[in-house]
Amino acid sequence: MIAQERLTSALARIPYAGFLGVRAELKGDELTLVLPYSEHLVGNPLLPALHGGVVGALMELTAITQLAISSKNDKFAKTIDIGVDYLRSGKPIDTYARARVVKIGRRIANVQAEAWQNERSQPIAAMHGHFLVAEP
Amino acid sequence: MGSGDPPKGDYGKGGDALERVRTMMQWTPQGRALGLQVMKIEGAKVWGRAPYKAELIGDPETGVIAGGVITTFLDQLSGMAAVLAMRKPTTVATIDIRIDYMRGAEPGRDVLAEAHCYKIGKNVAFVRAVAYEDSPDNPIANAAAAFMLNTHVKMGANLREAKT
Repeated sequence: MIAQERLTSALARIPYAGFLGVRAELKGDELTLVLPYSEHLVGNPLLPALHGGVVGALMELTAITQLAISSKNDKFAKTIDIGVDYLRSGKPIDTYARARVVKIGRRIANVQAEAWQNERSQPIAAMHGHFLVAEP
Repeated sequence: MGSGDPPKGDYGKGGDALERVRTMMQWTPQGRALGLQVMKIEGAKVWGRAPYKAELIGDPETGVIAGGVITTFLDQLSGMAAVLAMRKPTTVATIDIRIDYMRGAEPGRDVLAEAHCYKIGKNVAFVRAVAYEDSPDNPIANAAAAFMLNTHVKMGANLREAKT
Protein backbone atom coordinates (compact mmCIF):
# COMPACT_ATOMS: atom_id res chain seq x y z
CA MET A 1 0.00 0.00 0.00
CA ILE A 2 3.03 2.28 0.31
CA ALA A 3 3.16 2.77 -3.47
CA GLN A 4 -0.52 3.71 -3.55
CA GLU A 5 0.02 6.27 -0.78
CA ARG A 6 3.04 7.77 -2.53
CA LEU A 7 1.05 7.99 -5.74
CA THR A 8 -1.92 9.61 -4.03
CA SER A 9 0.31 12.21 -2.39
CA ALA A 10 2.19 12.85 -5.67
CA LEU A 11 -1.12 13.55 -7.42
CA ALA A 12 -2.35 15.64 -4.51
CA ARG A 13 0.63 17.95 -5.04
CA ILE A 14 -0.53 18.74 -8.60
CA PRO A 15 -3.13 21.54 -8.41
CA TYR A 16 -4.49 20.72 -11.90
CA ALA A 17 -5.23 17.12 -10.83
CA GLY A 18 -7.32 18.61 -8.03
CA PHE A 19 -9.01 20.99 -10.47
CA LEU A 20 -10.10 18.01 -12.59
CA GLY A 21 -10.89 15.89 -9.51
CA VAL A 22 -8.70 12.96 -10.63
CA ARG A 23 -8.15 9.96 -8.33
CA ALA A 24 -5.53 7.22 -8.71
CA GLU A 25 -5.98 3.48 -8.19
CA LEU A 26 -2.95 1.22 -8.27
CA LYS A 27 -3.16 -2.58 -8.66
CA GLY A 28 0.37 -3.99 -8.65
CA ASP A 29 2.18 -1.78 -11.12
CA GLU A 30 -0.96 -1.06 -13.15
CA LEU A 31 -2.48 2.34 -12.67
CA THR A 32 -6.03 3.45 -13.36
CA LEU A 33 -6.87 7.12 -13.13
CA VAL A 34 -10.49 7.80 -12.29
CA LEU A 35 -12.16 11.06 -13.31
CA PRO A 36 -15.48 11.33 -11.44
CA TYR A 37 -18.12 13.21 -13.42
CA SER A 38 -18.50 16.86 -12.58
CA GLU A 39 -20.46 19.62 -14.33
CA HIS A 40 -17.37 21.80 -14.90
CA LEU A 41 -15.78 19.09 -17.11
CA VAL A 42 -18.50 19.42 -19.75
CA GLY A 43 -17.61 20.79 -23.19
CA ASN A 44 -20.99 20.51 -24.90
CA PRO A 45 -23.88 21.09 -22.46
CA LEU A 46 -26.48 20.16 -25.09
CA LEU A 47 -25.54 16.47 -25.32
CA PRO A 48 -24.08 16.75 -22.65
CA ALA A 49 -20.55 15.57 -23.42
CA LEU A 50 -17.23 15.88 -21.61
CA HIS A 51 -14.76 18.37 -23.07
CA GLY A 52 -12.35 16.61 -25.40
CA GLY A 53 -9.47 18.55 -23.88
CA VAL A 54 -10.33 17.16 -20.46
CA VAL A 55 -10.29 13.58 -21.77
CA GLY A 56 -6.94 14.30 -23.46
CA ALA A 57 -5.60 15.80 -20.26
CA LEU A 58 -6.74 12.74 -18.28
CA MET A 59 -4.85 10.38 -20.61
CA GLU A 60 -1.74 12.58 -20.58
CA LEU A 61 -1.82 12.64 -16.78
CA THR A 62 -2.24 8.85 -16.76
CA ALA A 63 0.72 8.46 -19.11
CA ILE A 64 3.14 10.55 -17.04
CA THR A 65 1.97 8.96 -13.79
CA GLN A 66 2.32 5.42 -15.20
CA LEU A 67 5.77 6.42 -16.45
CA ALA A 68 6.76 7.52 -12.95
CA ILE A 69 5.63 4.13 -11.60
CA SER A 70 7.25 2.07 -14.37
CA SER A 71 10.56 3.94 -14.18
CA LYS A 72 10.43 4.07 -10.35
CA ASN A 73 11.07 7.79 -10.58
CA ASP A 74 9.24 10.21 -8.30
CA LYS A 75 9.66 13.04 -10.79
CA PHE A 76 7.18 13.38 -13.60
CA ALA A 77 8.31 13.23 -17.22
CA LYS A 78 7.76 16.21 -19.52
CA THR A 79 5.42 15.89 -22.46
CA ILE A 80 7.04 16.26 -25.89
CA ASP A 81 4.01 15.51 -28.04
CA ILE A 82 0.67 13.78 -27.85
CA GLY A 83 -1.85 12.64 -30.44
CA VAL A 84 -5.40 12.17 -29.28
CA ASP A 85 -8.02 10.24 -31.28
CA TYR A 86 -11.62 10.80 -30.25
CA LEU A 87 -13.70 7.68 -30.71
CA ARG A 88 -16.98 8.39 -28.91
CA SER A 89 -18.31 11.39 -27.10
CA GLY A 90 -17.78 11.27 -23.35
CA LYS A 91 -21.02 10.82 -21.44
CA PRO A 92 -21.67 12.75 -18.22
CA ILE A 93 -20.47 9.83 -16.08
CA ASP A 94 -17.18 8.70 -14.50
CA THR A 95 -14.26 8.16 -16.88
CA TYR A 96 -11.26 5.84 -16.47
CA ALA A 97 -7.86 5.82 -18.13
CA ARG A 98 -4.94 3.43 -18.31
CA ALA A 99 -1.58 3.84 -19.99
CA ARG A 100 0.91 1.34 -21.43
CA VAL A 101 4.56 2.26 -21.55
CA VAL A 102 5.65 0.95 -24.93
CA LYS A 103 9.31 1.84 -24.48
CA ILE A 104 11.48 3.76 -22.08
CA GLY A 105 14.74 4.86 -23.64
CA ARG A 106 17.52 6.80 -21.96
CA ARG A 107 15.86 10.10 -22.75
CA ILE A 108 12.52 9.47 -24.41
CA ALA A 109 9.58 7.27 -23.51
CA ASN A 110 6.78 6.17 -25.83
CA VAL A 111 3.41 5.70 -24.12
CA GLN A 112 -0.09 4.76 -25.26
CA ALA A 113 -3.24 5.42 -23.27
CA GLU A 114 -6.96 4.79 -23.49
CA ALA A 115 -9.97 6.30 -21.78
CA TRP A 116 -13.30 4.55 -21.31
CA GLN A 117 -16.50 4.78 -19.30
CA ASN A 118 -18.98 1.94 -18.82
CA GLU A 119 -17.11 -0.65 -20.85
CA ARG A 120 -13.37 -1.13 -21.12
CA SER A 121 -13.88 -2.55 -24.62
CA GLN A 122 -15.60 0.64 -25.80
CA PRO A 123 -12.92 3.33 -25.41
CA ILE A 124 -14.04 6.95 -25.82
CA ALA A 125 -10.53 8.15 -26.75
CA ALA A 126 -6.99 6.92 -27.39
CA MET A 127 -3.70 8.74 -26.98
CA HIS A 128 -0.11 8.12 -27.92
CA GLY A 129 2.71 10.36 -26.86
CA HIS A 130 6.41 10.93 -26.38
CA PHE A 131 7.77 12.08 -23.07
CA LEU A 132 11.12 13.41 -21.93
CA VAL A 133 12.17 11.03 -19.16
CA ALA A 134 12.98 12.86 -15.92
CA GLU A 135 16.53 12.49 -14.64
CA PRO A 136 16.36 10.64 -11.34
CA MET B 1 -33.32 30.55 -27.33
CA GLY B 2 -32.83 28.76 -24.04
CA SER B 3 -29.56 29.05 -22.16
CA GLY B 4 -28.74 25.49 -23.17
CA ASP B 5 -29.00 26.17 -26.91
CA PRO B 6 -25.83 26.84 -28.88
CA PRO B 7 -25.56 30.32 -30.35
CA LYS B 8 -26.59 30.39 -34.02
CA GLY B 9 -25.70 32.57 -36.96
CA ASP B 10 -22.86 33.38 -39.29
CA TYR B 11 -20.01 33.87 -36.86
CA GLY B 12 -17.59 35.21 -39.39
CA LYS B 13 -19.68 38.17 -40.51
CA GLY B 14 -21.71 40.95 -38.98
CA GLY B 15 -20.95 43.47 -36.28
CA ASP B 16 -21.68 41.27 -33.29
CA ALA B 17 -19.92 38.17 -34.63
CA LEU B 18 -17.25 38.51 -31.95
CA GLU B 19 -19.94 38.74 -29.28
CA ARG B 20 -21.55 35.56 -30.58
CA VAL B 21 -18.25 33.69 -30.53
CA ARG B 22 -17.69 34.90 -26.97
CA THR B 23 -21.14 33.58 -26.05
CA MET B 24 -20.11 30.26 -27.58
CA MET B 25 -16.99 30.15 -25.39
CA GLN B 26 -19.05 30.94 -22.27
CA TRP B 27 -21.54 28.24 -23.25
CA THR B 28 -18.94 25.57 -22.48
CA PRO B 29 -18.73 24.79 -18.74
CA GLN B 30 -15.07 23.70 -19.02
CA GLY B 31 -14.28 26.92 -20.92
CA ARG B 32 -15.87 28.91 -18.09
CA ALA B 33 -14.02 26.89 -15.43
CA LEU B 34 -10.68 27.62 -17.13
CA GLY B 35 -11.68 31.26 -17.72
CA LEU B 36 -10.98 31.02 -21.46
CA GLN B 37 -11.56 34.23 -23.43
CA VAL B 38 -11.93 35.10 -27.10
CA MET B 39 -9.91 38.19 -27.99
CA LYS B 40 -10.39 38.65 -31.73
CA ILE B 41 -11.78 36.97 -34.84
CA GLU B 42 -10.92 37.48 -38.49
CA GLY B 43 -12.33 35.20 -41.18
CA ALA B 44 -11.58 31.64 -40.08
CA LYS B 45 -9.00 32.77 -37.51
CA VAL B 46 -9.58 33.23 -33.80
CA TRP B 47 -7.37 34.59 -31.03
CA GLY B 48 -7.90 33.60 -27.39
CA ARG B 49 -6.52 33.89 -23.88
CA ALA B 50 -6.19 31.38 -21.04
CA PRO B 51 -5.59 33.30 -17.78
CA TYR B 52 -2.92 32.02 -15.40
CA LYS B 53 -4.54 30.43 -12.35
CA ALA B 54 -2.82 28.72 -9.41
CA GLU B 55 -5.35 25.86 -9.50
CA LEU B 56 -4.22 24.97 -13.04
CA ILE B 57 -0.56 24.41 -12.18
CA GLY B 58 0.81 21.08 -13.40
CA ASP B 59 4.29 21.30 -11.88
CA PRO B 60 4.15 22.58 -8.29
CA GLU B 61 7.95 23.02 -8.19
CA THR B 62 8.04 25.53 -11.03
CA GLY B 63 4.46 26.82 -11.14
CA VAL B 64 4.17 25.91 -14.82
CA ILE B 65 0.60 25.45 -16.04
CA ALA B 66 -0.49 21.84 -16.78
CA GLY B 67 -0.17 20.56 -20.33
CA GLY B 68 -3.82 19.51 -20.10
CA VAL B 69 -4.88 23.14 -19.86
CA ILE B 70 -3.03 23.93 -23.10
CA THR B 71 -4.64 20.84 -24.70
CA THR B 72 -8.15 21.96 -23.75
CA PHE B 73 -7.46 25.58 -24.75
CA LEU B 74 -6.09 24.65 -28.20
CA ASP B 75 -8.87 22.09 -28.78
CA GLN B 76 -11.52 24.66 -27.88
CA LEU B 77 -10.01 27.46 -29.97
CA SER B 78 -9.43 25.13 -32.94
CA GLY B 79 -13.08 24.03 -32.81
CA MET B 80 -14.14 27.67 -32.88
CA ALA B 81 -11.96 28.34 -35.93
CA ALA B 82 -13.70 25.41 -37.66
CA VAL B 83 -17.12 26.88 -36.78
CA LEU B 84 -16.01 30.31 -38.04
CA ALA B 85 -15.08 28.74 -41.39
CA MET B 86 -18.54 27.23 -41.87
CA ARG B 87 -21.02 28.99 -44.16
CA LYS B 88 -23.85 27.85 -41.89
CA PRO B 89 -22.26 27.37 -38.47
CA THR B 90 -23.48 24.37 -36.49
CA THR B 91 -21.66 22.08 -34.08
CA VAL B 92 -18.35 20.31 -34.62
CA ALA B 93 -16.59 17.40 -32.92
CA THR B 94 -12.85 16.78 -32.65
CA ILE B 95 -11.74 13.76 -34.65
CA ASP B 96 -8.14 14.04 -33.56
CA ILE B 97 -5.67 16.58 -32.28
CA ARG B 98 -1.90 16.37 -32.26
CA ILE B 99 -0.01 18.71 -29.96
CA ASP B 100 3.73 19.40 -29.83
CA TYR B 101 4.90 20.92 -26.56
CA MET B 102 7.97 23.02 -27.30
CA ARG B 103 8.47 24.34 -23.78
CA GLY B 104 6.68 24.98 -20.49
CA ALA B 105 4.52 28.10 -20.27
CA GLU B 106 6.09 30.90 -18.23
CA PRO B 107 4.77 30.75 -14.64
CA GLY B 108 2.47 33.59 -13.67
CA ARG B 109 1.66 34.64 -17.24
CA ASP B 110 -1.51 34.25 -19.29
CA VAL B 111 -1.28 31.97 -22.31
CA LEU B 112 -2.43 33.37 -25.64
CA ALA B 113 -3.27 31.30 -28.71
CA GLU B 114 -4.47 31.62 -32.25
CA ALA B 115 -6.22 29.03 -34.38
CA HIS B 116 -6.75 29.02 -38.14
CA CYS B 117 -9.07 26.75 -40.07
CA TYR B 118 -7.03 26.52 -43.27
CA LYS B 119 -9.21 23.97 -45.09
CA ILE B 120 -12.85 23.05 -44.79
CA GLY B 121 -14.70 20.39 -46.75
CA LYS B 122 -18.24 19.03 -46.62
CA ASN B 123 -17.60 16.82 -43.63
CA VAL B 124 -14.21 17.70 -42.19
CA ALA B 125 -12.32 20.86 -41.22
CA PHE B 126 -8.57 21.10 -40.69
CA VAL B 127 -7.15 23.53 -38.17
CA ARG B 128 -3.72 24.64 -37.02
CA ALA B 129 -3.20 26.41 -33.71
CA VAL B 130 -0.31 27.81 -31.71
CA ALA B 131 -0.02 28.85 -28.05
CA TYR B 132 2.44 31.50 -26.78
CA GLU B 133 2.83 34.36 -24.30
CA ASP B 134 4.11 37.17 -26.53
CA SER B 135 4.48 35.99 -30.09
CA PRO B 136 3.73 32.88 -32.17
CA ASP B 137 7.42 33.04 -33.13
CA ASN B 138 8.22 31.78 -29.64
CA PRO B 139 5.59 29.07 -29.25
CA ILE B 140 4.70 27.07 -26.14
CA ALA B 141 2.81 24.49 -28.18
CA ASN B 142 1.62 23.78 -31.71
CA ALA B 143 -1.53 21.88 -32.59
CA ALA B 144 -2.99 20.30 -35.70
CA ALA B 145 -6.56 19.07 -35.49
CA ALA B 146 -9.35 17.64 -37.64
CA PHE B 147 -13.02 18.25 -36.89
CA MET B 148 -16.15 16.49 -38.03
CA LEU B 149 -18.79 19.02 -39.12
CA ASN B 150 -22.53 19.20 -38.54
CA THR B 151 -22.52 16.78 -35.64
CA HIS B 152 -25.94 18.11 -34.61
CA VAL B 153 -27.60 16.05 -37.37
CA LYS B 154 -27.17 12.79 -35.54
CA MET B 155 -26.15 14.35 -32.29
CA GLY B 156 -25.95 11.97 -29.40
CA ALA B 157 -26.44 8.83 -31.48
CA ASN B 158 -23.71 7.19 -29.45
CA LEU B 159 -25.35 8.32 -26.21
CA ARG B 160 -28.34 6.08 -26.73
CA GLU B 161 -28.46 2.79 -24.91
CA ALA B 162 -27.10 -0.06 -27.00
CA LYS B 163 -29.70 -2.24 -28.74
CA THR B 164 -29.95 -5.67 -27.19
